[in-house]
Amino acid sequence: MTLQQQIIHSHSFENGLVLIGQSMPWLESAAFSFQVPAGCRYDPADQIGIANFVCEMVQRGAGNMDSRQYIETLEGLGVDYSSSASVYGTHYSGASCSGQLHDALSVFADVIRRPHFPQEQLEDGRLVCYQEIAAIEDDLPQRTLIELRNRYYGQPDGRDCHGTAASVGSIQQTDLKDFYDRNYRPNGMILGVAGKIDWPALKEHVGNLFADWPTKPETVPGVLAAEHGTCHLPFDSQQTHIAIAYPGVCYSDPDYYKQAGSVSVLSGGMSSRLFSEVREKRGLCYSVFASNHSVFDRGCVVCYCGTSAERAQESLDVIIEQLIDLKLGITEDELRRLKVQVRSDLIMQQESCRARAGSITGDWFHFGRVRTLDEINSNISALTVSEINRFLEQNPPQKFDLVTLGSQPLEKKNDGISSTPTK
Amino acid sequence: MEYRQHQLSNGLTILAECNPRAYMSAFGFFVKAGSRDETLDIGGVSHFLEHMVFKGTPNRSAEQVNLELDEMGSSSNARTGEESTIYHAAVLPEFQSQMVGLMTDLMRPSLREADFETEKKVIIEEIMMYQDQPPYGGHEQIMASFFGEHSLGQSVLGTVDTVTHLTSCQMRDYFHSRYSPGNIAFAAAGNVDFQQMVDDLERACGDWQPSQVNRTIERANYQTGFECLPKSASHQQYILQLSPGPSAESSERYASRVATAILGDDSGSRMYWEFLDSGVAESAGAGSYEYLNNGLVLTYICCSPDSAQDNLARLSQLQDQFQEQGITQKELDLAKRKIASHIVLSSERTESRMFSVGAQWLVDQPFKTVSEIAKIYDSITLDQVNDVIRSYPKRTNTTLVVGPRTDLQPAP
Repeated sequence: MTLQQQIIHSHSFENGLVLIGQSMPWLESAAFSFQVPAGCRYDPADQIGIANFVCEMVQRGAGNMDSRQYIETLEGLGVDYSSSASVYGTHYSGASCSGQLHDALSVFADVIRRPHFPQEQLEDGRLVCYQEIAAIEDDLPQRTLIELRNRYYGQPDGRDCHGTAASVGSIQQTDLKDFYDRNYRPNGMILGVAGKIDWPALKEHVGNLFADWPTKPETVPGVLAAEHGTCHLPFDSQQTHIAIAYPGVCYSDPDYYKQAGSVSVLSGGMSSRLFSEVREKRGLCYSVFASNHSVFDRGCVVCYCGTSAERAQESLDVIIEQLIDLKLGITEDELRRLKVQVRSDLIMQQESCRARAGSITGDWFHFGRVRTLDEINSNISALTVSEINRFLEQNPPQKFDLVTLGSQPLEKKNDGISSTPTK
Repeated sequence: MEYRQHQLSNGLTILAECNPRAYMSAFGFFVKAGSRDETLDIGGVSHFLEHMVFKGTPNRSAEQVNLELDEMGSSSNARTGEESTIYHAAVLPEFQSQMVGLMTDLMRPSLREADFETEKKVIIEEIMMYQDQPPYGGHEQIMASFFGEHSLGQSVLGTVDTVTHLTSCQMRDYFHSRYSPGNIAFAAAGNVDFQQMVDDLERACGDWQPSQVNRTIERANYQTGFECLPKSASHQQYILQLSPGPSAESSERYASRVATAILGDDSGSRMYWEFLDSGVAESAGAGSYEYLNNGLVLTYICCSPDSAQDNLARLSQLQDQFQEQGITQKELDLAKRKIASHIVLSSERTESRMFSVGAQWLVDQPFKTVSEIAKIYDSITLDQVNDVIRSYPKRTNTTLVVGPRTDLQPAP
């Protein structure tokens, strides 16, 4: 089983909007993913949460639809849709049978270009934002990871898009419109479409929907320094939640594949080092993982483990030991398993237009082009143990930021800087 | 797309939906063994056994099992429920025989004592993890209350107490009582060489000795009531309700799922407009769950403690109106469109097809293709949906409220 030859179409409209299409003619469905350059990094410092609030409000009536007609139209088209604000963008995505694709895009053109911001629904929309903030309070792993990212990247890239009840509470109707007017624009916007598509017809349709939208100047957010080190959030819980970050490279860095390879050795499968050492051999936890995290120009590796309070210190010690030991290098067997896993994951992506629509949009944002599955596979296949190990020698996991949430703080006994390897 | 089946002489069922155009192959062992089959003293054994299956066999250590799963680049996992334990893996078609070989070996685990004790700690961590997550053990409590003495009310994970006291000997006995070939199906979907698969299974499982497996599937005597589970550290209040619904064998189940979608789907439903659009709840919805000879509808709301009492009243009013007036043709049409689209999207995933093939066997139903299921939904009438709404009133329920409020009262 091989990767299909992929044909990726792209078109940049004069106003800056980029449309990318991947034809997957073996499917009956099609999916789309809009990234509007209106992420929470552009929230004014006293109005954090406004990008998310705007995302809620633009879906409460747009074009010829009121909020009920909007939902009913999408349901009538059988579109499975979602929306969210992230650090860099606000995302509107969906999937449906391919025959409904153009109509679904028309609905979102109204949402993105012609929202009503109905005054009478302002407080309902604000309540929805409050509810989302409250939900995070009860999600302890999420709270721990949010605090970690906030400290590691600083403001605005480390921020959580939901803001606080106080910041959301202070936002006025005019603020929402101001944010929308400044940040919803065609330049910087990406639309990825994948599935059973007709590219010329799609390009024409998207042109009709967006080509006459004038460009706007880009906004530049203020930047605040990050806070590194250790932080404990006291909480009366059964488990202690441990989140660790160490410096890494971002997605578009030429060394990214090497870092991703090393993280996969830590956490890529059931034989990976963290799963094996923390869970399988010692039974310290149910959930432990490491993953790459990246904003546009910076990156890190994030680890998480949830474990009962009395075993939390041991869990942290074992995880840190595994992270530090990574600089001793990975093995040929580990790399071989990683390569099979990547090939399998990429081939599986061909089953899902939704996965591809999201990936091609993300690729364009980070790389300014789309990597074909074949290209990713070739890059991974070409990796050697010696180059990954050289990368790890030069960039050993160290300077660990630690956030814990639970009944007791933990002690970070080793920062990986002057230690002797443990094996 | 071709549906094929075969049965080994010892009773093991083999099922496949073969699609030579698929990119992947997905396989699963479906075992009729779940918390429903447990006695109280071995609560959680089905789920614990699911973990132990990955801990090795006479031919492989736990480490070798994990290595081999990764060597094939597989996406594999397992899950345990009230009535089933499912071990599943998706791989590239070139790994078919190797994966069938590994999975068949796993189904005859060693259950070694040292592994048993280490894994027990992982299970206890898993139970504690869920105790920290909303609704903080509320799901287990309401199932126990709703089903009363019936075995469907037993927790899938068990408790820290039952798992701590479980012995490997009890697990071995349980294994022999449930993992007989006649109680197991091997289901596959995607790019599958069916004959090769049958040959491999015959070779690997042909000598599994069948034994008599018993299962009681009597109907529960559903309980009603209103309970509170105090949880002072919780920020939000969680409202859970269980009411009776059609069983897995019932011909009403399709109409009931349509009714539940109209009442409580995550967008565009009655509950969506009442609770989510208005922002009076963080999440709210309803879902159908079907078991052998039993069924239920779970209704849930997560909201601020301050609005919980008001939301209980809103929910009751909504349910009364739903019950008395039924649904409209427009609601039915929209729900059907949504379901039809969902069927197309999920049918494109090989793994989801494998689950559909195996899940139909688990409840002793004859296999239906994607288009046959789509046709059933398309043929559902307004009367059928309104009849099922009348037959299963949502106000006859067990309600559990979890969170900081301890003074909430049932709605009048």
